[in-house]
Amino acid sequence: MSILNLLGKRMVFFDGGTGTLLQQKGLKAGELPELWNIEKKEALIEIHKNYYEAGSDIVLTNTFGANRIKLHDIPYSIEQIIMAAIQNAKTAAMQACHNKKGYVALDIGPTGKLLKPLGDLDFEDAYAAFREMAVAGEKAGADLIVIETMSDIYEAKAAVLAAKENTNLPVFVTVVFDEKGKLLTGSDIASTVAILEGLNVDAMGMNCGLGPHQMLSLAEKMLDCCSIPVIIKPNAGLPRTENGVTVFDVSPEEFAEAMTKIVDKGVWLVGGCCGTTPEHIQALYQKCKQKPILPIVPKHKTVAASYTHAVEIGKKPIMIGERINPTGKSRFKQALREKDFDYILREGFSQQQKGAHILDVNVGLPDIDEVEMLVSVMKELQSVIDLPLQIDTSDIVAMEKALRLYNGKAMINSVNGKKESMEAVFPIVKKYGGVVVGLTLDENGIPAKAEERFAIAQKIVKTAEKYGISSKDIIIDVLAMTISSDQFSALETLKALHMVKQKLNVKTILGVSNISFGLPQREIITANFYTMALQNGLDAGIINTNSEAMLHSYYAYCALAGLDDNCMDYINQYGGQVTSSVSSPSSTSDISLGTAIEKGLKERAKEAAEQRLKEMEPLTLINEELIPALDHVGKGFEKGTIFLPQLLMSAEAAKSAFEVVKLHIGAAQTKKDKVILATVKGDIHDIGKNIVKVLLENYSYDVVDLGKDVSPEIIVETAIAQNIKLVGLSALMTTTVTNMEATIQLLKKKKPDCKVVVGGAVLTQEYADSIGADHYAKDAMATVYYAQKVL
Amino acid sequence: MELKDVSLKEVFRYLGYHNNVPDQMVQKIAFDCVTELLDNCSMKEIDKRYCCTVENGKIIIDNHMIIESKNLSKNLADCKEVILFAATIGIQADRLIKKYSFLEISKAVVMQAAAAAVIEEYCDQCQRRIETELEKENLFLRPRFSPGYGDFDLKHQKDMISLLDCTRKIGLTLTDSLLLAPSKSVTAIMGITTTNRHCHIKGCEACAKTNCNFRREESN
Repeated sequence: MSILNLLGKRMVFFDGGTGTLLQQKGLKAGELPELWNIEKKEALIEIHKNYYEAGSDIVLTNTFGANRIKLHDIPYSIEQIIMAAIQNAKTAAMQACHNKKGYVALDIGPTGKLLKPLGDLDFEDAYAAFREMAVAGEKAGADLIVIETMSDIYEAKAAVLAAKENTNLPVFVTVVFDEKGKLLTGSDIASTVAILEGLNVDAMGMNCGLGPHQMLSLAEKMLDCCSIPVIIKPNAGLPRTENGVTVFDVSPEEFAEAMTKIVDKGVWLVGGCCGTTPEHIQALYQKCKQKPILPIVPKHKTVAASYTHAVEIGKKPIMIGERINPTGKSRFKQALREKDFDYILREGFSQQQKGAHILDVNVGLPDIDEVEMLVSVMKELQSVIDLPLQIDTSDIVAMEKALRLYNGKAMINSVNGKKESMEAVFPIVKKYGGVVVGLTLDENGIPAKAEERFAIAQKIVKTAEKYGISSKDIIIDVLAMTISSDQFSALETLKALHMVKQKLNVKTILGVSNISFGLPQREIITANFYTMALQNGLDAGIINTNSEAMLHSYYAYCALAGLDDNCMDYINQYGGQVTSSVSSPSSTSDISLGTAIEKGLKERAKEAAEQRLKEMEPLTLINEELIPALDHVGKGFEKGTIFLPQLLMSAEAAKSAFEVVKLHIGAAQTKKDKVILATVKGDIHDIGKNIVKVLLENYSYDVVDLGKDVSPEIIVETAIAQNIKLVGLSALMTTTVTNMEATIQLLKKKKPDCKVVVGGAVLTQEYADSIGADHYAKDAMATVYYAQKVL
Repeated sequence: MELKDVSLKEVFRYLGYHNNVPDQMVQKIAFDCVTELLDNCSMKEIDKRYCCTVENGKIIIDNHMIIESKNLSKNLADCKEVILFAATIGIQADRLIKKYSFLEISKAVVMQAAAAAVIEEYCDQCQRRIETELEKENLFLRPRFSPGYGDFDLKHQKDMISLLDCTRKIGLTLTDSLLLAPSKSVTAIMGITTTNRHCHIKGCEACAKTNCNFRREESN
């Protein structure tokens, strides 16, 4: 009988800790416990057996760290270790005096490395390590897979995919929360639940980190948002050191007593983690085996999540920022073609600052590789912005790749009523989880009548159900069409919106801005239509959050509709503001461009540049005012009268002035030679490189920024392909300087006319000489001076 | 940790100001950075006590971790026990530094310096707590010494991380090139002695690299 058949029939019991028990049997600190599966298997069989006899239904194999990332240079293969571990648990189950079936769970713990972008482990490498474990586990006859002690939801996702894609075993996942209910990487309980439910795990919960008393309130929070069976496996209290040994204070009786409170809240599976023993499990089993099982109430909440938090759609209207989209935006198109991620990220930040709850991400352009671009932009956005994203593409391959690598539970834009579209999109949504936007159009186009759009919406929801996708994960877009071509189109859209909301009971979304296409002063129409749509049941408007008029509609509607407690959001937004839109004269208006740059006044530098351009040629302005000001600051930095933050503030002020100048003459005319910048392979710290980039750009160099952890091959290939004469490399540690040396050697061989300048914390002139660099840049400005000399 | 615990002077030192006083704008940014860090970071530490032997430049901890380092031997002279220590202010600090690298590089460098000051202050606080505990046994602590200092080889990060079970306990990991991730983290060894020698909590003054641009001035 599958373990799944047991769930909900009666309480199910896991085992407890093994670490301390192994130490009692002689495992030394630093010794690999996984080797004992083969070398001291009797010890493990005994521990497993004691747990079965104490009442455990499920015993976890001793394979917590049996992955190829943690275990190497050992005399066995991963498969051998896992085979042995499972055999040990099976033997124990057979030997145990136990009137129940003893289930054997393949235990998968974290790799011990941090995933990119903040660490150096690639998602797919983590996946491959987990896959190897899962496949071996199923082959050896495990009854289920338990992925446990995960403190990064992204790593948990890699493990779940590896287990689900390569085996037919049930998959349970438990993660480690701190007392605030957060994972180490920042995910809260609601987002963790949304992500793991989306990935179709069979049960989920928490283990380790806390004792049963601390877990009670967290368990309640999880039960509040979870619609699948919940697992709770605490430690025997919080760890304490006594004479250099870690001890846990909660006795078996106290543990069992505290766990009854957790079970009473509706948890279906319980067990223990660090510090718990067969005695704890026995006490737990005796106290809880007769406890009634509370039914799981499906929560039916529509939730998208980032790696930190969840956004619920349907409680209160939310805003989805529409600005990351090249349609009609030549600057954005240019940024995509040049892979100018900084520009795209700034579009993301500005929407977040304006209050967007979710960001739509569309990077479709006819002449770019959308799969690669969508994934790159998504990763860049997720590395710094913690809002959930809406993956917006009609390219199915791009959609799948993005959903696979997305850290969270995404919104997906979109599916429509066409058979072909539903057949392509729904399996992906089912597999990775997500909230999918359903457009009410089909093979016959967009119906004119609300009733027909409603019918398509109905078809979408029904078809999704066949794929196992609940209507809570569908959000319908009844499509707004411009009133400039059909004056009744807005009314038809609102009618359809109302019908979908009332009769179909699903959440709604709308690309609001289309409504005014072709009309003057579009904002007036769009913002008023937005209010009307909200009144008719719009849950999520895809809008321009940079438009004040749209924000006015949003905050006013929420206040008027009783959705803004004590009007606090409205007051926070607009309280204390002067109603007049006339800007007061700036107190800095008499400061010259040069002084503004030297003092690092960004806004003033921009204004001053605008003023000066009325009087002089752009190139003259650059050469006679901008550059001299920068030079002056640079000299001060060299002399030690100006320090790094000021140097960079000046650089930023100069940058804002440059942007004004570029509008007058175009970026191309101002750009000088290309320079590659990269942080070398193995190094994940890039602040130094980013500083140099800003300064080089100030001096108009065209910086090709290859990022961090860049292999020698990529640097050399880029230098050859773009015929680049100067490469700047940064490295932080002695351990990565070797990769810097390798890069220099390869460059000297393949592109001998290319100069190399190096910098970074551990480097010195002697060190730079010894690895064959052409120049050592001792500080931020040194690279600029070298570029001026050699290019 | 509270705002008042973090010395802005230290932040400015990391930014290369030596004894110069930054202008008001930079002071304000530094203040904002420390505030943002303290609001967002989740600090965690782990420390364990082990026996050790120190002989001829060779240190053996817990009978199996072997370190060859003259500098560390000097630091641990006469110690029979050590504390292995690891601390981190978490991944949020990295996220903040990265965020401002895109938005405002001048703030990113200050954030980076502020994060360095916060992790150092956190280590000092942990160290003071450990010292108070040891005083009950009439024992004292030597300055903390980290892999990478002097001839204490960086490769020992691996032993430190695994012996303290850092990944599981405080979420601290190592990259293949032995960088700590999250980056604002510290691992260190602190000797336990029976003699109450004056102990520099701060290791800066003890460092042999006297021409360092960031060296703390003795007058501070």
